[in-house]
Amino acid sequence: MSAARPGRDDDPDRLYTVTGGRSRAHNDSFDLVTLIVSECEPTAGMQSEQAAILRMCRLPTAVVEVASDLRLPVSIVKILLSDLLDTGRITARHPQTMRGPAARRGEVPAARLPDPTILEQVLVGLRNL
Amino acid sequence: MDSVISESAVSGPAERKPLSSSAENGLKIVVVGGFGVGKTTLVRSVSDIRPLNTEETMTQAGQGIDDLSSVRQKTSTTVAFDFGRISLNEQTVLYLFGAPGQQRFWFLWDRLFQGTLGAVVLVDTRRLDESWYAIDRLEHHGTPFIVARNDFGADSYSADQIREALDLDPDVPIVACDARSRESSKQVLIALVEHLHHLSTARERTP
Ligand SMILES: Nc1nc2c(ncn2[C@@H]2O[C@H](COP(=O)(O)OP(=O)(O)O)[C@@H](O)[C@H]2O)c(=O)[nH]1
Repeated sequence: MSAARPGRDDDPDRLYTVTGGRSRAHNDSFDLVTLIVSECEPTAGMQSEQAAILRMCRLPTAVVEVASDLRLPVSIVKILLSDLLDTGRITARHPQTMRGPAARRGEVPAARLPDPTILEQVLVGLRNL
Repeated sequence: MDSVISESAVSGPAERKPLSSSAENGLKIVVVGGFGVGKTTLVRSVSDIRPLNTEETMTQAGQGIDDLSSVRQKTSTTVAFDFGRISLNEQTVLYLFGAPGQQRFWFLWDRLFQGTLGAVVLVDTRRLDESWYAIDRLEHHGTPFIVARNDFGADSYSADQIREALDLDPDVPIVACDARSRESSKQVLIALVEHLHHLSTARERTP
């Protein structure tokens, strides 16, 4: 396996190495803003990217922030996260924009409009900025 | 497994204020517009953190990178985008994404728009045509949006003229903005969320 250059680049070999040659996360549930939380500390011999993820997610950190900090494309980071999730080393807090009875019944909303109570919380937060 | 990045390459988070341990819901708003229209400026004005940058890699077919062989053959496209973050309360965090408006980046937007609350189309009235494509995509995708006219000084168009030039529905709000001002950028976001709230409660009233 050839050594990869450090830092941000689009070297395909680096991407290939990081993911062990896999190309797609089999767990496709991660949103860009899914918040990741570590459930354990890195262990000796762990792949360095995965160890870095466990360190940076001691407090909740969005998928897109993890990608930015690792300087890897989002799709690659999702593959790494998928492995960590499968082995219980992280948990994922997915975005919730729909609440209320329809969401609880699992109905698909007529359009993508978020729940008014969530929007009200957002407005309060923005006005307090 | 081989280590492919050095520790120093992942030093980013230390410099940034972390989220509270109770943060559980990440929400998204997308700011879209042509090059140089002020997207990054707006995100920076309201963000709690210095804007970050990341990238998404897509094959030319726009399928995501589900075929690494195409990445290896360098037939993939990489597009970078900026984002910032606002903690709204102990549980809720709003992420703001600045997305380039050019047609060739449509695949990125379709990803960003997925699950987004809504979008701000940032326009420069001297180059309104640069936002046509973005507005088409938003309408097609069913993502609610408002138009924010970033004031670069030479702005003599009325809201009606802008509405006509952009062929906007009458209920799409048009607001003025100075992306360099935190207060003005904040008002743009409030205008978007009020619009979303209006749409969302109108829906509930008409079963
Ligand atoms: N006069 C004026 N200039 C602005 C405003 N917003 C941004 N700019 C300037 O326009 C340039 C491009 O802005 P930028 O945010 O990088 O555009 P982007 O390509 O859409 O992200 C920068 O030099 C900004 O300082 C504004 O509201 N008024």
